[in-house]
Amino acid sequence: MNRWIRELSVLGVLGLLLALLAWRAPAFFQLQPLLSLLAREAPALVVACGVAMVILVRQIDISVGSQFSVCSVFAGVLAAAGWPLAAVVPVAVLAGGSLGLVNGLLVAWLGLPSIVVTLATLVALRQGLNLVRQGEFVNLPERIQWLGLPQAQGQWLLITGAVALLALLAWGLRHLAVGRWVYAVGSDAEAARLAGIRPRWVTLVTFVLMGALTGIAAVMNVVQSPQVQPLTGSGLELKAIAAAVVGGVAISGGRGSLWGVLAGLLLLACIAPAMVHLRIDAYWEKAIQGLIILAAVMVEGVRQRRNHGR
Amino acid sequence: MAERPLLVFRQITKSFGAVRALRGVDLEVRAGEVHALLGENGAGKSTLIKVATGAHAPDSGTIHLAGERLERLDPALARRRGIACIYQQPALFPELSVAENLALRLEPTSAWRRVVWSERRRMAATLLSRIGADIDPEREVRTLSMPEQQLVEIASAMGAGARVVIMDEPTASLTRREQERLFGIVTALRREGVAVIYISHRLEEILTLADRVTVLRDGQTVACHARAEVDEAALIRLMVGREVDQLYPASESAPGAVRLELKGLCCRAAGGRPVSLRVRAGEVYGLAGLVGAGRTELARTIFGLTPADAGEVWIDGSRVSIGSPQAAIAQGVAYVPEDRRRHGVVLELPVGQNISLAAWRRIFPLGWLRGDRERSEAEHFVRALSIKTPDTDAAAANLSGGNQQKVALARWLATRPRVLVLDEPTQGVDVGAKSEIHRLVRRFAAEGMAVLLISSDLPEVLGMSDRIGVMRGGELVAELPQGATAMDVMSAALGQTPSEGAA
Ligand SMILES: Nc1ncnc2c1ncn2[C@@H]1O[C@H](COP(=O)(O)OP(=O)(O)OP(=O)(O)O)[C@@H](O)[C@H]1O
Ligand SMILES: [Mg+2]
Repeated sequence: MNRWIRELSVLGVLGLLLALLAWRAPAFFQLQPLLSLLAREAPALVVACGVAMVILVRQIDISVGSQFSVCSVFAGVLAAAGWPLAAVVPVAVLAGGSLGLVNGLLVAWLGLPSIVVTLATLVALRQGLNLVRQGEFVNLPERIQWLGLPQAQGQWLLITGAVALLALLAWGLRHLAVGRWVYAVGSDAEAARLAGIRPRWVTLVTFVLMGALTGIAAVMNVVQSPQVQPLTGSGLELKAIAAAVVGGVAISGGRGSLWGVLAGLLLLACIAPAMVHLRIDAYWEKAIQGLIILAAVMVEGVRQRRNHGR
Repeated sequence: MAERPLLVFRQITKSFGAVRALRGVDLEVRAGEVHALLGENGAGKSTLIKVATGAHAPDSGTIHLAGERLERLDPALARRRGIACIYQQPALFPELSVAENLALRLEPTSAWRRVVWSERRRMAATLLSRIGADIDPEREVRTLSMPEQQLVEIASAMGAGARVVIMDEPTASLTRREQERLFGIVTALRREGVAVIYISHRLEEILTLADRVTVLRDGQTVACHARAEVDEAALIRLMVGREVDQLYPASESAPGAVRLELKGLCCRAAGGRPVSLRVRAGEVYGLAGLVGAGRTELARTIFGLTPADAGEVWIDGSRVSIGSPQAAIAQGVAYVPEDRRRHGVVLELPVGQNISLAAWRRIFPLGWLRGDRERSEAEHFVRALSIKTPDTDAAAANLSGGNQQKVALARWLATRPRVLVLDEPTQGVDVGAKSEIHRLVRRFAAEGMAVLLISSDLPEVLGMSDRIGVMRGGELVAELPQGATAMDVMSAALGQTPSEGAA
């Protein structure tokens, strides 16, 4: 119980928000708009899981937005060229994984600071994409829309798919040795090394996994719209990091859970539509999100100070 | 010697959640005395110290300094009032010079004040020479050794005009000579009228140094005695609440075949020289030597942390190549590192996870982790080593220093190694647990393990070892049979013939 206190407190805040909406704007709870909202957030959830794991090993990846754009455009081009979805998915995963591999090698093997490395790849990938595509949109074939299903079914599938993926990853973090290593390396890499764990290897795997998840997320994004625009995914890194932090993943590594990330993302995602329904000026959206992040970081800070009084 | 107590704690209590670390501690410290604080691991010594320095706020109770009540104590206020603490891990800024570090603590803090560098250097030099430390104030702190950093901490305490200096296990990783210098400084502080609170698990230190001793047990003061009123046995009784058998366990079985053999093993890059030795199954091979003799380096090479660039390792008659800790573990080698306070345990992980971290292959043969097996494994070791923790889900960070050490030991015992390398396994561990660990090591050896025991605690090496290797300057300079005397070991370690003596 105590272990989940952080996750539960985020859920509590989300519950309060939903209660407020139920009272003041019951229209929020119409099925179809809600379904669309959640389906739109499904790719972000998958990316946020990857980012959360990178943060757990005490690294950061701010290039996810660019990775996401590259993978989306790539997947779109393949689909437009007539590839079946069943072939696009693995190729997108592979593409994302190799982008992650580049980041991972630079960080884990050369020991470069991840914030600098991924800042570089953020810019490089974004500019490279512009150069190659010249800002061109990709028009997508009808057949991959909503995975070839009726819209509502496709949306359900995307949402359950994203949550199932999260559940799988969360299970792995808790019940596989590598999951344990992620926490150990994030808490104290040297101590982990002395315990026979390979911190560099664990870090590399996390970055590759992050890339692969971005590839999956890109496909989940592509199937939701008739076109891929090249700027898709810019700003995604902030959203993912925010979801992780709000959900209780310690930015200093080694603590947090993916279920918390789910709660954090839901909370952040509900703000914008909630404001529409509550007739609050949309300009407040970013400010409110910022306040939530600040509150989360402050809670974390207080908690750490209490734990290591010295 | 002033008789009016300088620092008085009355009925201090402090809880962390459900853990009652202090439940009514009384302590009176006089000016000009060395007051030893004694107690088992987890008795609450460090917590009491953190209350005194303002790092933890007590739940109830009072602190008086020179008759004046200290309320709402925080670290800055404690320092201003003259309470200084030398933690075991010095808290200096590694990138700054000694003089700058001292200045940061001692010069008035106003952001726009002009720095007079010559003045700053002079002050540092004066302070350092006052405690007899031979350190250049210009040196960067990260180039200093641990004991030198400790000296800088003491100099800063003196410069701040400290009336109370607290030392929490200061000698844990000092060489003999550094220890003696520290004792000299402690004596000098006492002469200047400073009150010294001295925490250590080494009873002989306490008996030579202390004027009075206060014993804590389970967060309560059980006794306060003048040095003359107590002896070692009495202190142990007060601390543990029962008699502790301090005899070293005898080896129970004849050593078997050669288990571990090093043939000219060394890591030249780390300044080692070739070392050859053999340890049989069931044998405890003690490695003695001064701090810095290359014992830890050798252990790290055996475990693959600093890859060997020459020589061979043979285990059970076959040559193994150990290029990484993973390879070492796969070959059945376990290494309990020294300095566990820093990286011996993963502080954020729970006790249970720390214990199963290296042995996951054995504990979870199916590949995935199972809470029930982990718990039963961890609970077994918590009992066997009497690790003081509320349960196996408590974060290792919340354990006392000595108990963290026991967790580190448990992690490696859990791998059921063929070769167990122990680097200072009982440093910072209380007497009761120490003899518990000795007994366990013996039992594991009797089951066929080859144990390489590195220890700077001479009686421990002498009492535990079937054979003793002595290292000096990265080389194995002598190999002594069981029954060797402290004199034999010391003279080999110092490179003297016995007649010159190890005075
Ligand atoms: N931050 C904390 N959170 C929870 N429990 C704590 C915390 N700090 C200390 N404790 C608990 O308080 C008790 C006293 O710990 P303390 O560190 O004072 O022991 P100690 O006497 O210094 O032991 P040692 O000789 O091993 O250093 C222990 O049971 C420990 O687990
Ligand atoms: Mg302590």
